[in-house]
Amino acid sequence: MSAAAAKAQALSITRIELEDFLYLEAALLDEWRLEEWLALFVPGARYLVPPAGANDDADPATTLFYVADDYHRLTERVKRLGKKNAHVEFPHSRCRRMVSNVRILGGSDASFSATSNFVTYRSKRGITETYLGHHRYELCVDAGAIRIRNKTSFIDTDDINAQGKVSIIL
Amino acid sequence: MSAVKAETIIEPYVCEDRARGLFRVNRRVFVDPAILERERRYIFDTCWLYVGHESEVAAKGDFLTRTVGGRELIFVRGKDDHVRAFFNTCPHRGAMVCREKQGNDKMFRCFYHAWAFDLQGKLVNRPGAERYAEGSNVDGVHNLVQVPRLDHYRGLYFVNYDRNAVDLVTYLAGATEFLELVMDQSDVGMEIVGGTQEYGFAANWKLLCENSIDGYHGMPTHATYFDYVMASGGQLGENLTTVNKPNDLGNGHAVIEYGAPWGRPVAKPVKAWGEKGDADTAEIRAGLEKRFGKARAERIAYQNRNMLIFPNLVINDIMAVTVRTFFPVAPGQQNVSAWALAPKDENAQMRERRLYNYLEFLGPGGFATPDDCEALALCQRGYNNLAMAGWNDISKGMNEPNPIIEDEAQMRVFWREWDRRISGVGL
Repeated sequence: MSAAAAKAQALSITRIELEDFLYLEAALLDEWRLEEWLALFVPGARYLVPPAGANDDADPATTLFYVADDYHRLTERVKRLGKKNAHVEFPHSRCRRMVSNVRILGGSDASFSATSNFVTYRSKRGITETYLGHHRYELCVDAGAIRIRNKTSFIDTDDINAQGKVSIIL
Repeated sequence: MSAVKAETIIEPYVCEDRARGLFRVNRRVFVDPAILERERRYIFDTCWLYVGHESEVAAKGDFLTRTVGGRELIFVRGKDDHVRAFFNTCPHRGAMVCREKQGNDKMFRCFYHAWAFDLQGKLVNRPGAERYAEGSNVDGVHNLVQVPRLDHYRGLYFVNYDRNAVDLVTYLAGATEFLELVMDQSDVGMEIVGGTQEYGFAANWKLLCENSIDGYHGMPTHATYFDYVMASGGQLGENLTTVNKPNDLGNGHAVIEYGAPWGRPVAKPVKAWGEKGDADTAEIRAGLEKRFGKARAERIAYQNRNMLIFPNLVINDIMAVTVRTFFPVAPGQQNVSAWALAPKDENAQMRERRLYNYLEFLGPGGFATPDDCEALALCQRGYNNLAMAGWNDISKGMNEPNPIIEDEAQMRVFWREWDRRISGVGL
């Protein structure tokens, strides 16, 4: 194997660097800086939220998800959430995202996967809803920067009777 | 109950003044726990309630557990291929016998004292069986208890907790015509796609009955949905039908029929689906035409229908088909279960288009449903003012000879039946 080929198959990112990236992502969402958040994704990326309690292998082509956005719809979701007549999020709810248990599962700079646990609080009209679960990411390193190729947010409760909706980005 | 009766006479729940063209609903019906008690007794304990679809228990031993009308049920296909519904409670001490949401098994076993039941509900084993008198279960008192009534229509299973209820087809009345239009979309049958959307929100259940068949709120509430589809290049086309009509189906059931610009997997293509989408939908329409003739085929393919089957089953055949049911947990709180219904023989690409369509409008992460839930939660919050601002208005189109779906005739159908059952009883 040539040195160049070996380098392409290696991962140049440490867990701490990935944590910094995921904390930045959470901060952009908490602060409703959604355009900047979207810029973390590569064109063609997807954002998925399977039904509560789904297994990690759930497929939006055959299973009814809550959210199964291709890049176009994700872009439109970001646009919508910036509008006054996205009624459920106007005025914007207050959110705070806790991210932990970050693990790199393997791969190279071209494509690697990672997982984290999350607790996301959403507060509006005196009611605070709590989403708990785990994210799975497909990522890449592009010119030294981490970018998202795929983000799937699994809600690890039996249902979302208490939360009622997934109107924010988890 | 006597206090409720006295107040009912002073303050009616539903006021209909035909001469003046005014139809109003007392906001107390959304907040009063005594009214919810009456609903449990006179609606949820006497009406046919949707429990599940045959495709969800397709094989012998397939089972689901569901909460229906406040009761815990096991819905199961037995070894004899008959579908049954049991109360999920052990005849011994009452523990829930089945703890999984769904699965396939040969028997149910209560873990508390290990009583075991076959799929037909019969007690087949219990530790220390020899210590029970020989005839102790001679009349089946130690078997699982079946719901009083279970019946099905075109794959949809309903339970009724009233042994003396009218039969299901009589109850469904005019709704059967519209159920046919949905269930006839495939000659090999329809199925529930995997995955349930279970969500709840802080609004009275009757507000979702209204909202599910409300043609008036579309543009103001869902402007961002229409912005999105218009920005999505070729997701919208022509209406292909001029029908725009609410229908009273009897027994409180109502439907609105109308054309819309979105694509329908059965079978109205839009540009975004490309030539393959044109070919796929043409093939589906040709199949429908062969089975039903051109007029009915086009009615199935081009017309949308939002249907409420009283009290709480919604089947909306729009850019995808959703089956949705919901139950009150308190006057101001409800839980919803929603599924996607699709032809069993749909090709993989059309199934993907269907689910893509579904999620762009429907469900807790869609571009529309969360705004509906927000509107209904705001209604509920607004009823805090009911002592001084006490009435909802459902008058739109009251005295119009030709009602349209943007009127409120379909909601009035619901409210008249609700009022007949709640106010009409025991007065």
